[in-house]
Amino acid sequence: MMDAALQAKRRRRNAITMALAYVATGFGLTWLVVILAVLLWEGFSGLSLSVFTEMTPPPGSSGGLLNPIAGSLVMTVIAVLIGTPLGILAGTYMAEYGRYDKLTTVVRFINDILLSAPSIVVGLFIYEVMVAQMGHFSGWAGAVSLAVIVVPVVVRTTEDMLTLVPDTLREAGASIGLPRSLMIQKVAYRAARAGLVTGVLLAVARISGETAPLLFTALNNQFWSTNLNAPVASLPVVIFQFALSPYHDWQKLAWTGALIITMAVLALSIIARILTAQRRSS
Amino acid sequence: MVDVALQGNGVSAVANLDRAKVLQRLRLNDAVFRHITRAAALLVLIILGGIIFSLVWGSVPALRAFGVSFLYEEVWNPVTEKFGAIAPIYGTIVTSLIAMLIAVPVGLFIALFLTELCPMWLRRPIGIAIELLAGIPSIIYGIWGLFVFAPFLQQYVQPFLIDLFGNIPILSTLFAGPPYGIGVFTAGLILAIMVLPFITSISRDVFEAVPPVLKEAAYGLGCTTWEVARYVVLPYTRVGVIGGVMLGLGRALGETMAVTFVIGNAHRISGSLLAPGTTISATIANEFTEAVGDLYTSALIALGLILFVITFIVLAIARLLLLRLNARVGG
Repeated sequence: MMDAALQAKRRRRNAITMALAYVATGFGLTWLVVILAVLLWEGFSGLSLSVFTEMTPPPGSSGGLLNPIAGSLVMTVIAVLIGTPLGILAGTYMAEYGRYDKLTTVVRFINDILLSAPSIVVGLFIYEVMVAQMGHFSGWAGAVSLAVIVVPVVVRTTEDMLTLVPDTLREAGASIGLPRSLMIQKVAYRAARAGLVTGVLLAVARISGETAPLLFTALNNQFWSTNLNAPVASLPVVIFQFALSPYHDWQKLAWTGALIITMAVLALSIIARILTAQRRSS
Repeated sequence: MVDVALQGNGVSAVANLDRAKVLQRLRLNDAVFRHITRAAALLVLIILGGIIFSLVWGSVPALRAFGVSFLYEEVWNPVTEKFGAIAPIYGTIVTSLIAMLIAVPVGLFIALFLTELCPMWLRRPIGIAIELLAGIPSIIYGIWGLFVFAPFLQQYVQPFLIDLFGNIPILSTLFAGPPYGIGVFTAGLILAIMVLPFITSISRDVFEAVPPVLKEAAYGLGCTTWEVARYVVLPYTRVGVIGGVMLGLGRALGETMAVTFVIGNAHRISGSLLAPGTTISATIANEFTEAVGDLYTSALIALGLILFVITFIVLAIARLLLLRLNARVGG
């Protein structure tokens, strides 16, 4: 009798906790659905051609998001151009030259911390180093602070992907007389190409929504500007400013901007995923 | 041999070029490339050093003016230039605690679902969906929180909580007072949604690393799924799970935009979780560009320094725990 009671109790406890596991998963997925649904609902109604062809409007009139979109694109491109080579080179050292070094262990540890360090601190860092020194906010400062965020992401994926390249390939390269640097560039990089591209895509996805580091480096700009020595508008900062404003037009544009960013980020991470999946299966 | 290898690369050696010269050039290139990569690796350390140095340098005026009292004073008055950091520190810690209280159990249960209950064909899609949740930029959570989540809480959830806990001693203080919608509680909930994917994906990875033999032995003894999870999987993966939790905590402490939208930016410590408050990152994001005067700017940078130190310690512990786990799995 005791046994039957105990078993019933165990079975009941199991049923309850397993139900909780289902509920928890539903809970987690619900947020994804709710957030995307609201975003599509609010963002799509404001989506039109003028969003991509007109400047940000003063309150009360219609306009678009051309200057912040352009600003975001330019700063993202510069950040990737600065951050990617540095990240790939650092990752190369860690995977190819100093795989068992003390330096590599330390760099990997610090890099992992930088990977999840608060991005607003990066903004403060670049403010001190660039904005305060030059005396004004600038697009360059914004791009550099984004580059500081790109580096750890690229370092991490580069090291991981190069470590996956089989040593037999390296030995084959060496056996036909390739010097080590050429072997890395012609053999290892080529074998890990999909992985390296993935790293860059993930980095772009990461910085395209970053707001905090741009707030006090690139600042914002109501008008069209191609001068990177002056404040430059960016999509996330405009969303921040417009969403917190009392004007309905501005809030509407903020939603549309949010939709554009989210779609871009999701597309990038899905492409990155497909690239790595191909790599694994081949 | 060298020239044979090089011909394929289009760097083809001219027929009568001195072989020794080519070799020397290659050796030089080799050394240069090696040193460039090494310098790039060192750059990661330099970035960290630069961040620490610039934050310390920038906060010197504030620390000199207020000393240790900066850490425990509540006053934050730009007009009289009196600053104390305890209100933002309090807000940062409380919002993160709320987030962890919700996200840790939910994340562990999702990981349990993904590793033990979920049919094979559904595992990848659900895993990817949860990870996409991690990829959504924080400003999206912010705008959603401000326009959708906060009004919802204000209308339905908060009045209910105020009524529910109204007569219970401690809880009535925690959930006192008008339902503003925005506030510490809302910020904590949004943070919970944001860190959930991090905790879930790390717990899932470490749960999957449990040797099947251990689980099968327990099932063979007649254990239920829950008993296997509670008495076999969790003890085996404890270090990794704690590492994942710390990683999520590090995210929650430093998260800026989502919190800035919904916390209300009020520099005071309120007994009620429903009242507006502020966090370190929200204070910096809201006030930095408008800060006039060196002391005000410096006080904000000092806040940044405090935030960086706290998150650095938390993230370092997380990484050390995860490293220890990897060493064990690898060895």
